[in-house]
Order: sequence, then C-alpha cells, then structure tokens
Amino acid sequence: MMKALIERLEQKFRISEVVRQRNDELFMTAAKEEAVSLVTYLKEYEGFTHLVLLTAVDWLEAGRFQLTYLLNNNAVKADAGIRVYLDRERPEMESIHHLWKQAATYQRELKEMFGIGFPGSPRVDEPFILEGWRDIPPYRRDFDTKKYSEKTYFPRPGRKTYDPEEYMKKQLYPEE
Amino acid sequence: MTKKDLDKRKVTGPDGEKFEVDPLRDYFCQERPRVHDPARRIWEGFLNWARSESLWILGYGTGCGAIEMRPLMTPRFTPNKHRIQWRPTPWQSNVPSSAAICPSRPQARGPGSYEQMQGPKYVVALGSCTINGGMYWDSYNTINRLDKYLPVDVYITGCMPRPESLLAGFEKLKTLIREGRGEGQNLYAKHFDEYKANQKKIIRDWDMPDYNW
Repeated sequence: MMKALIERLEQKFRISEVVRQRNDELFMTAAKEEAVSLVTYLKEYEGFTHLVLLTAVDWLEAGRFQLTYLLNNNAVKADAGIRVYLDRERPEMESIHHLWKQAATYQRELKEMFGIGFPGSPRVDEPFILEGWRDIPPYRRDFDTKKYSEKTYFPRPGRKTYDPEEYMKKQLYPEE
Repeated sequence: MTKKDLDKRKVTGPDGEKFEVDPLRDYFCQERPRVHDPARRIWEGFLNWARSESLWILGYGTGCGAIEMRPLMTPRFTPNKHRIQWRPTPWQSNVPSSAAICPSRPQARGPGSYEQMQGPKYVVALGSCTINGGMYWDSYNTINRLDKYLPVDVYITGCMPRPESLLAGFEKLKTLIREGRGEGQNLYAKHFDEYKANQKKIIRDWDMPDYNW
C-alpha cells in the first residue's frame, strides 16, 4: 500500500529521504515550495485527513530548522510524516490553517517558541504562553536557559552538582 | 482579566444611564497594605490560638505537587480533624498553599490571589521547587525562590511531599502561629515595594492593578 503511495508521490512531487520502517508509517522530506501542495494532496486525494501534529527541530549546526507535519489516515490506519527544511536565518513557511483550523494554534506556538514565521495565519503574532517575552525564542538551541534563569530569578546559593557517573562509582566501589 | 479591562470606558447601566468607569480607581482600593501591630499580650495569645485552629486553605496548585493535596482532602487523612479546610476562592481562605513547580506566569498571578485574601494570612510552600527551583532550577520559566515574591511561613520539602508531610507542615504552621511568629502579612506590608518590584521583574507586561484589593 505504502509502496504504491510512494510511487504516486514521486511522480508528482520532488520528495527525498523516504523512510519506510513499518508498513503503516512513512517519512519523507519535501522541498519547501512544494510542501503545502504535498500536504494538500495527501489530505484531499490520499485520505490523510487528520493532522496529528506540526512541530519543529532546531538543527543549529546545520543552520536550519526542520518542520514535521504528521498526518494520519484513519481508514487504513497509516501515518505520513513530511519534513521540510527552513533556513535558520530567515525562517518562514506557508501557513496550512486553511486545511486544518487547529494548525493555527501550532503555528502560533512555533512562532513564539522557535521564531518561525507563518504569514497570514490567524493570531500568529499574539503571545501564546510567554506573555511579555523579550529574549530570543526559548526553544532555539542557542538560547541559554540557565543564564536566563540566573539573570531573571533568584538562584539560592548552596546548590551542588555531581557528575552522575563519578558519583555512583564512588558510592558503589569506594575502594577502587 | 486583560490589560484592556483596566482602561477607562463608558458603561451603560441597567436604567439606560451612561457613566464612565475607571476600573483602577473604582474597582480596586488604592491604599497600601498596613503593618498591624499585635494586640495586648494575653488577647493576642488567645487570637493566635484561635487563628491556628482555623486554617482555611486556598490550594493554589501551579504544578505537579498540587496533586498531593487531593489525597489529603480524603477521609483517609481527614484534614478537618486537624482544623484544616479547603476553600474555593481567595476571599474565603487565609492560607494559600503554593504547589511544587512555580512556572513564572501562574506564579505572577499568585500575589493577586494572596492580596485578595483576608488577613491574617499565612503562606505554605509545597515542594522543592518553591525552595530553590528543585529539578527545574535552570528553566527559563520557573522561578527559583518563592520567598522573593511572597512571604513564605512554612516550606514543605519533597518532590513531591506526601500528604503526611503536608500535614506535618500545617502542624508546624499552627505552632508558629501560636508562638506569634506567623508574621508574613506584616512582612509583606513592610517590604511591599521590594516584593512588588520582584513580581514585576518576572511579569514584563504587567496587566494587573498594583493593589489587588
């Protein structure tokens, strides 16, 4: 089933890095310009009508963000994941709120936590949970959460940190 | 409540009469909290005994540790036997128990609930996170020390504290009150500006009145 689907998709779209570990699961990478048409095609023609999640990964070293659209086809109990890579300097993606209304909430969260823009998505610029946030988006990997915490809150002195490996070695084999 | 609700606005009354409302002036008192001097010795002792025997709790559960307050309410532990009772609103209670992790947002609303309570009032902080941040000590949205934002009377350690330790904490609070050491409310009034500045430091878009009573 999935094999035929991959063949159909490859005829129509530029997809790469196709991973099919199980027969009911399929991951692929789509070009940024084609991703929304691919998602639309999967929804309208292939029965992947349910948006499970939309999430992002920060690949700091590679200088890019990865968006993952996870879709579910309830009729045949199969999942499809579409990966899209965005430039880390100017991260922006087309919105899919016209396909699923709830995608607007995901996009609002991604805008706040990763700083990925979704022009045209409803209420995308309103604060989601971090009201009054002035720093860089906190889920970006170059955001130093410890430094921010020390600067903003009041660390109580006296906290000690042990390396777990060293500590357990000392506890279990003290004479070595 | 949002920032917009604090703006001056024209309101139409039930009789069709139009008038202007300034919520900060009309809905909230502008007077600062005062330090209350203790009564004369024996009378204050009697009052403290009475206060310690009627603790009305507002369970301000902002994190996972709040789950341990639920078993405490059940017949197995019977808090009523210890003269402890939960109330649903700040206006009916005098002990806010702030639970476990303190994410900065709800914790910023905490002082509002605290200020709306009737005095005398005492703060019990549950869980390690209220003491030094616990396992979330380096998180960007978790405050580390609750006592910088509210005058804490009793800390209950544990991650999470069991209902037995909660009961022990409340018993400790009773002892403190009876000894006349439950002075959190006066401490809050005395260092009001300091507490307010700390609260405003974590909630940048302050959309509440400064005086919540």
